[in-house]
Amino acid sequence: MPVSKEILDEIALSPDEYEMIVERLDREPNPVELGMFGALWSEHCGYKHSRPLLRMLPSTSERTLSQAGAENAGAIDIGNGLAVVFKVESHNHPSAVEPLQGAATGVGGIVRDILAMGARPVALLNSLRFGPPSEPANRRLLRGVVDGIGWYGNCIGVPDVAGEIYFDESYSQNPLVNAMCVGIARIEDLASAAADTPGDVLLLVGAGTGRDGIHGASGLASRTFEEEQELRPTVQVGNPFLEKTLIEACLEALATGKVRALQDLGAAGLTSAVVESVARGRRGFVLDIDRVHRRESGMSGYDVMLSESQERMLLVAAEEHVSEIRNVFQKWDVACHAVGTVTEEQTARVTEGSQTLAAAPVEHLADAPQYRLSGQPTPEDEARRRIEWADVPLAEAAGLGNAGDVLLRLLASPNIASRQGVYRQYDHQVQTNTVVGPGEGDAAVLRIKETGQAIAVAIDGNGRQCYLDPYRGGQRVVAEVTRNLSCVGTEPLALTDCLNFGNPERPDIYYQLEQCISGMADACRQLGVPVVSGNVSLYNESQGTAIFPTPIVGGLGLLDDASKHCRAGFPGSGLAVVLLGAERLTAEVSDLAGSEYLYAVHGMVRGQPEIDMELEGRVQALCRRLIGDGLTLSAHDCSDGGFAVALAECCILGDDRIGGGGSVGFTAADAFAESVPERWDAALFGEAPSRILVAVEATQLPDVLGAADAAGVPAAAIGETGGDSLRIGGRVDLPVAELADAWRGGLSGVWA
Amino acid sequence: MRFGILVFPGTWSDTDCHYSVSGVLGQEAGYVWHKSADLTGYDAVIVPGGFSYGDYLRAGAIARFSPVMAAVQDFAAGGRPVIGICNGFQILCEAGLLPGALRRNGHLQYRCQWTHLRTERVDTPFSSRCRTAQPLAVPVSHGEGSYYADDATVAQLEEQGRVLFRYCEADGSVTEAANPNGSVANIAGIISEGGNVLGMMPHPERSCEPLLGSDDGNLIFGSIIDAVAGGTLR
Repeated sequence: MPVSKEILDEIALSPDEYEMIVERLDREPNPVELGMFGALWSEHCGYKHSRPLLRMLPSTSERTLSQAGAENAGAIDIGNGLAVVFKVESHNHPSAVEPLQGAATGVGGIVRDILAMGARPVALLNSLRFGPPSEPANRRLLRGVVDGIGWYGNCIGVPDVAGEIYFDESYSQNPLVNAMCVGIARIEDLASAAADTPGDVLLLVGAGTGRDGIHGASGLASRTFEEEQELRPTVQVGNPFLEKTLIEACLEALATGKVRALQDLGAAGLTSAVVESVARGRRGFVLDIDRVHRRESGMSGYDVMLSESQERMLLVAAEEHVSEIRNVFQKWDVACHAVGTVTEEQTARVTEGSQTLAAAPVEHLADAPQYRLSGQPTPEDEARRRIEWADVPLAEAAGLGNAGDVLLRLLASPNIASRQGVYRQYDHQVQTNTVVGPGEGDAAVLRIKETGQAIAVAIDGNGRQCYLDPYRGGQRVVAEVTRNLSCVGTEPLALTDCLNFGNPERPDIYYQLEQCISGMADACRQLGVPVVSGNVSLYNESQGTAIFPTPIVGGLGLLDDASKHCRAGFPGSGLAVVLLGAERLTAEVSDLAGSEYLYAVHGMVRGQPEIDMELEGRVQALCRRLIGDGLTLSAHDCSDGGFAVALAECCILGDDRIGGGGSVGFTAADAFAESVPERWDAALFGEAPSRILVAVEATQLPDVLGAADAAGVPAAAIGETGGDSLRIGGRVDLPVAELADAWRGGLSGVWA
Repeated sequence: MRFGILVFPGTWSDTDCHYSVSGVLGQEAGYVWHKSADLTGYDAVIVPGGFSYGDYLRAGAIARFSPVMAAVQDFAAGGRPVIGICNGFQILCEAGLLPGALRRNGHLQYRCQWTHLRTERVDTPFSSRCRTAQPLAVPVSHGEGSYYADDATVAQLEEQGRVLFRYCEADGSVTEAANPNGSVANIAGIISEGGNVLGMMPHPERSCEPLLGSDDGNLIFGSIIDAVAGGTLR
């Protein structure tokens, strides 16, 4: 073999894969070709290990207009001639090296995926994971990432409406930064990324090409973190102002009707953009790198083809329309250069003037090998699921305080505390559609001005539960995100996922990946929602230790009448509160599995998480119906911290929306308070899924309980809102103001 | 009446303002590209928010050289209403149409949140629909919104009654806690000497519908409509 192991390592190809390339080409590839193969066959672009597993996920429904992998993002028909386009993507590795630029360019990249569909970006979401905030290095990463998301998102005028942040040791060297973007387009205006007409011109628009980000796809995303400390220069640098003008110019160019195809330049830059576009159209291309505008001199063909410089898009158009398109970009002062043409012959041909730098069949470049490995959990993985009451002494007996003390402690826990300190740094209102913003409900709600409809968006993940049982964890994350969409009153239509895992070549990690996707797939089928787009981020480990398996799932919900949305806080006094999904609080040791109580109070991540997907579906449907019928005035699911934390959050949020309202107290009914079992810790703080707290007018309580009964959903009237305190019999009696202080102050140290 | 809404590269509240004055308030509105120098046919000008030219160098520092700003100078000199919102306020200060400057927020962080604004005067083309001292619920969204002017300028603004809006609590009281960015004297919005140019950091276009949390912004746009209709501007 004429290339060294070092060179192959550099581009993350195995010796076997190199031999495969030689066989397919029937010759040795030259360095430019090898670089192109390396990038396109990376896990990031080629999904070598994940694609066979991803096929388990349902990808279509009667509303899908494009499905996972076919275009740049999934598109869903929401009626009235409109489509919603959305996708989540990781930027973990760059963010670990340079948090501000890593996160910023993660936002920029996902926005261009949505733009490539011809949609106007209307919302951003993000899901973040860090090591414990008690460590200065983790606080630095968090601050850098938040700065980066805000810096980029605020400048481009796309509201950042929802997100989530969790902290755990497993992410200490491996932070996760997943960004999601949502766009809206008229269905007939959706753009294609297929370059299918020979003779069409390839137009490269936007930023000049520089050396930034070379090997981002093959290198950063396939390497472990300690190697990366050396790779700072490979992190891309963003220019949000250019992104904003690029969005406007591309949408204006699309509006001429003269753009045949549109593709963003993301991982593997020009190489993947051009190869993927012509592969979709079953064509080839000739591209002259001399015509690629640069931001620095002395770049080789290899550099130009693999640069991941940001804020670039590829447009494909017939020769006769090029001048009209160019005029649009000129108006916006955005560079636009013809760099090549689409060819009948299905060859990827790169030239430098008259000299050929690379010529390889498109089908080989675009067809990464796929591996089906076999997974196997370790004995430790299995041991971790076993837990008994004896392993968890009741907090009181262990000297860890009473139920009120635990509640205060959990509310202040970094995983539960208010995220206001983060989201107030993001513009979440621009475009004036945000009806339910961050911190106000279980999902964000955006109205659609033209139709009076609303969409809801949410993003969720639960690495701890997936670590304990990847199959159940996969089910539960799908249940959680759809439940959140249901709690604001919208019907879940589709999902997008970003699978953050360790090295899939390890049997235990492959097992996690396979089981997790399987659990997600089954839950999706149960709830009738397809996964229409997504991304994988593998090799998230450092010093041989992988992160928790962390599938992040973004969801889209729809509401035909925007005014019929719902918030999480109790909207006033004298309301009856109903628990949907359970007749009373029970204490099962499995409810403690992966719970924040077990982690924060007992320092354990153990147990066997469970979920009844049939009940989950009924609870969600009932919640949506009650909101739609105007019977519930607020809805919030029991999630991290369980029942008591959810109840406290409903009280703290109260009816406050714009700083004029305030919190609301709650007193549990005597019968309910007395029914709390001896193991109050599991009852109050256990994280059994499929439970939602709703506030209803006292006069409508019989209707609500009757509807629950008819729907086959266990439910209980648990008490009434009012007063200044949260009272659950003799277990908890605390002023809401004290709960609010704990919750609001929990993350304040991060910014100090 | 017809509102002219300026569009610079990087502007993003142009469409929001358009929707507020046309979709909500039923007026005519048109976009004015920054390279145009013609404001013929417009009765009022909105300089909207965003990050014109990325706010690179300094917020508003580049936009003020766009050709349209010369036309805005003439428009304002003619006594016609000009409202600069957020980045628009920054641009008007950079252009010398309003005194002072917007500095980086005191806490050095971007802030997007609801604020309340105490209406200090009701006899202006921007506040005639308000009650005296009425607190308006209007959100802010900026990183460089801390209003600053030297003591003499601030004293003059106060003396001439040119502080139109001040950050306040929901009950109208002006407190330090209600100040989201460290602006001197809680200043959220000021008017020109002639009274026909308003610059404000908060976004009235984001508070024109109860569905979004408040419709107090309509009082500001509505006042402009009344002023143009009533010919109360010189």
